[in-house]
Amino acid sequence: MVVPKHGVFTTRENKVYQMKKLLVSAIPALALSIAVGTAQAGETLDAVKAKGFVQCGVSTGLPGFSVADDKGNWGGLDVDVCKAVAAALFGDAGKVKFSPLTAKERFTALQSGEIDMLSRNTTWTLTRDSNLGLNFAGVNYYDGQGFMVSKKLGVKSAMELSGASVCIQAGTTTELNLADYFRANKMEYEPITYDTSDETVKGFEAGRCDVLTSDQSQLYALRIKLSDPNGAMVLPEVISKEPLGPVVRQGDDDWFNIVRWSLNAMLNAEELGVSSKNVDEMKGSSDPNIRRLLGLEGIKGEGLGLADEWAYNIVKQVGNYGEAFERNVGSGSPLKISRGLNALWNNGGIQYAPPIR
Amino acid sequence: MDTKQFERGPDLPPPITEIGAIGWLRRNLFSSWLNSLLTVVVAYLLWLMLPPLIDWALISSDWTGTSREDCTSDGACWVFVSVRFNQFMYGFYPEAQQWRIDLIYGTLFLLMIPLFLKAFPWKTWLGGFIIFVYPFIAYGFLDGAWFGFEVIETTKWGGLSLTLILAGIGCVAALPLGILLALGRRATDMPIVKAVCVVFIEFWRGVPLITVLFMSSVMLPLFLPEGVTFDKLMRALIGITLFQSAYMAEVVRGGLQAIPKGQYEAADALGLGYWKKTALIIMPQALKIVIPGIVNTFIALIKDTTLVLIIGLFELLGMIQNALNDPNWLGFSTEGYAFTAMVFWIICFSLSRYSMHIERKLHTGHKR
Repeated sequence: MVVPKHGVFTTRENKVYQMKKLLVSAIPALALSIAVGTAQAGETLDAVKAKGFVQCGVSTGLPGFSVADDKGNWGGLDVDVCKAVAAALFGDAGKVKFSPLTAKERFTALQSGEIDMLSRNTTWTLTRDSNLGLNFAGVNYYDGQGFMVSKKLGVKSAMELSGASVCIQAGTTTELNLADYFRANKMEYEPITYDTSDETVKGFEAGRCDVLTSDQSQLYALRIKLSDPNGAMVLPEVISKEPLGPVVRQGDDDWFNIVRWSLNAMLNAEELGVSSKNVDEMKGSSDPNIRRLLGLEGIKGEGLGLADEWAYNIVKQVGNYGEAFERNVGSGSPLKISRGLNALWNNGGIQYAPPIR
Repeated sequence: MDTKQFERGPDLPPPITEIGAIGWLRRNLFSSWLNSLLTVVVAYLLWLMLPPLIDWALISSDWTGTSREDCTSDGACWVFVSVRFNQFMYGFYPEAQQWRIDLIYGTLFLLMIPLFLKAFPWKTWLGGFIIFVYPFIAYGFLDGAWFGFEVIETTKWGGLSLTLILAGIGCVAALPLGILLALGRRATDMPIVKAVCVVFIEFWRGVPLITVLFMSSVMLPLFLPEGVTFDKLMRALIGITLFQSAYMAEVVRGGLQAIPKGQYEAADALGLGYWKKTALIIMPQALKIVIPGIVNTFIALIKDTTLVLIIGLFELLGMIQNALNDPNWLGFSTEGYAFTAMVFWIICFSLSRYSMHIERKLHTGHKR
């Protein structure tokens, strides 16, 4: 084991460390780690500045999170994080190009430098944070596995589901969480597995199962696919932790900071009541927190190496977190996902951003 | 004594059971008890399936509108397809620049017309131009950088136009490569060339296309130096071409094996060298024999292009799937997939009709 000299790996040590790892891990994990740690400080940021746009990896299509509309413009909660970063860096939320990626490609694309950041409903886990050489810049959506039932069933809580047949989309974590949950609560269930989400919905609709389980963000999308969406409801229980957030390569802390604080600025703006509609009036506010957010006093853009109005640009062009949420997945969208865990900390949720000061 | 003149009476009409609709039915559908049974069963199944299908697809379906609210009837909601039709054809290519795609495909169509005219004298040159030069012009035009247009990155290409690019380039590049590989594999007097060809063919035939695509999009970038990125579409195209050329090589080799030895000897006797012999005597006969095999491979390729959606390229099916994820249009997968199936069927069916036409045209008495 190589021990870092000053607490951090230099690029060279990192390489040695990676090579040792090469000898002990399986080939795929290996191949992934080769590309790790080669980014030098500031390298990504310099490259992004030089080319003049952010190359952002998004999902090839996830309702409400990243999807292209009929004009080919990308939109969604994940997409808005990319736009926020572009707005902070260039003062123009349009200076971003999207790379639609499948789940399998996403980390390679980030590690190989094909994209500068990844904002693709990616769960923050220890394995990904450590082994893959990635850094999660925050959480833009707290997801978790939930249940959807037909209202006719009259069930109000997942604890009443003993003996139920459950439709699952094949995928190990979902099945595993389900098994754990039912075993922990000493309940019986009968799993019915499908390959695609469309099949799962059709199975649920045809009455093959009483319950459909998936990540909550997906459940709301699946609900719309039912012929009578109002006949089904999502139960309040969440049985797994799936914090989704934007990801960058390890090795460029300046870039990492910009991505992290772009997201934080959106959250702080909501907390302070600054939205895209009132941001210009808010410039006249006397609240020091708002003045610091909008770059009128305090550290301004200095710490991040950005223009003073970086956060102003985010709020003006993309909106605060609440706006982005309602527009893409909340009440302003067909998905109608309730804020739940994603409400601000002072509003019953756990979305909490460190202060800008 | 009266002599009775025997006159030939008029021909009786054939029995009613032998002609017309009844005769046709008896001959084709009820010629034996087994056939009769099958006919009845199939007719019953059709009666079960067709009316609801026609009702769903045509009668109680919605065709006009702009949003899902316009789909009020029970049947298919073709509004979904019509709203996104432009995107299904052109992908994310900016609308203002789509004339470039129209122009490229329009020109290609016009260029190909003379190839069907018997009297046109420069077919070889024109064909060569279309195969070897035109793809580069088309690329330059669509990408825009070489001609000074607005640059449209390949990530924005998509829809049916991308499907046709993938299939077209795949076919056009794989055929010559496949012919060379087939010749190489039969070159017994050049062991190294032969070994290389055999290894190449067997390797690429031995891996699934999906693996090749994954390799090109997930593994290849890791082997490239930091910062060097290689266009994803280009990687997919190269993968498809190499994969397809291996199949093509074996199809062509089948044709080569069918040419009698006498043809080679006759060409030798005329004093033709290897390339002249191959180009003038052997290949024209071999390729003619394997037209069904070649077209088969092409059709398989066209359908295989849908696999690129697993590496995040939005060809027709990928585009449909993306549209299905639009929160405003969730739940119209049946319409989307039915539309895709229809488009692919039209393309593949026309290709197979065209191949039959070529076979008839080139038929010079070898058919048994």
